[in-house]
Amino acid sequence: MSDPWNEGEGAAKARRGRSLAIALGLIAFVVLVFVITIVKLSAHVPVGV
Amino acid sequence: MTDHVVHDLPASRVPARWQDYVQLLKPRVMSLVIFTAFTGLLCARTPMNPVLAAVAILCIAVGAGGSAALNMWYDADIDARMRRTRGRPVPAGRVQGADALALGITLSLFSVGLMGVAVNWLAAGLLGFTILFYAVVYTMWLKRSTAQNIVIGGLAGALPPAVGWAAASATAPLNAWLLVAIIFMWTPPHFWALSLYTSEDYAKAGVPMMPVVKGAASTRRQILIYSLLLIPLCLVPAFTGLGGPLYLTVAAAGGLVFLILAARLAASRAGDAADPRERDEALYDVRTGAKAARNMFAFSILYLFVMFAALLAERMLNLAPLHLLQGQLPLGLVP
Repeated sequence: MSDPWNEGEGAAKARRGRSLAIALGLIAFVVLVFVITIVKLSAHVPVGV
Repeated sequence: MTDHVVHDLPASRVPARWQDYVQLLKPRVMSLVIFTAFTGLLCARTPMNPVLAAVAILCIAVGAGGSAALNMWYDADIDARMRRTRGRPVPAGRVQGADALALGITLSLFSVGLMGVAVNWLAAGLLGFTILFYAVVYTMWLKRSTAQNIVIGGLAGALPPAVGWAAASATAPLNAWLLVAIIFMWTPPHFWALSLYTSEDYAKAGVPMMPVVKGAASTRRQILIYSLLLIPLCLVPAFTGLGGPLYLTVAAAGGLVFLILAARLAASRAGDAADPRERDEALYDVRTGAKAARNMFAFSILYLFVMFAALLAERMLNLAPLHLLQGQLPLGLVP
């Protein structure tokens, strides 16, 4: 893989790991907000509706 | 006392890995916080949507992580001078202090905000107070200024059960504060036992821990006094409808062992000046006379764990609490 910032293999690997962690964190946050929204909304729906 | 200097720490030459940021959150401390908060949540005996219960625990865990990152940011100068902590990401130069600060603030705001929106604002308020107390009152003020630092600062570590209880029931009754009080009284014997065999490290860093300021003998006496206060307090939940027969057995039997270890520690020479021939020991090597401190420290963790585990087990097995007063609970508490 090219190394446009000339940062070295170790630094590039660490950066990819950090980026992946941030991406997973953001996805988890979106899913969390979605699930919480569904739970909160369903709590106000009368049974049988 | 220690002057707070972060700026002279080495600039990072090692690229930060994501694991370094996880380490900023003190995951081992976080696991204990989760455990005690979960106990508080279940002890509230209030039906709660499992998803929202999980969100509440997540918020408490993230809040604990955020406050830990703030602690690591502010204490980097102290951590760099102590063998136990100099490998942490900020003093080791793997993570910049500003990054730890940003992570701490972000996680703290996120946890409190989410708790308020998804669960309730009483729990969010208690969580916010806990984070502020740990990061500001303890870390920035007490830790560097008084030998009572971990006594007062221990409140931050004691509050998670009340946060969990409030998350479940939107209330914080006396039984929730009883759990807080138990951890609060447990903290001094626990930390002072540790500091008795790491006091040289604290002295080098200029942290006024009790053995550094008042000496080992005074610390050993105070551990015994706090232990004598702690054990009766641990029995109280059995009389307020919070704990059942399993809890009472564990608290009483464990308390007896706790007191024996505290008495042995008081009679020992743990923390006294080291023999010059033993200077080159590793950090956690047990010096002659310090074994009693080590035993006390290890058992204190076990004692708190089994008491809370007993409460959890009783809730999960639906064991009835002890109604020692023929079903009438004192203080108007509802089991």
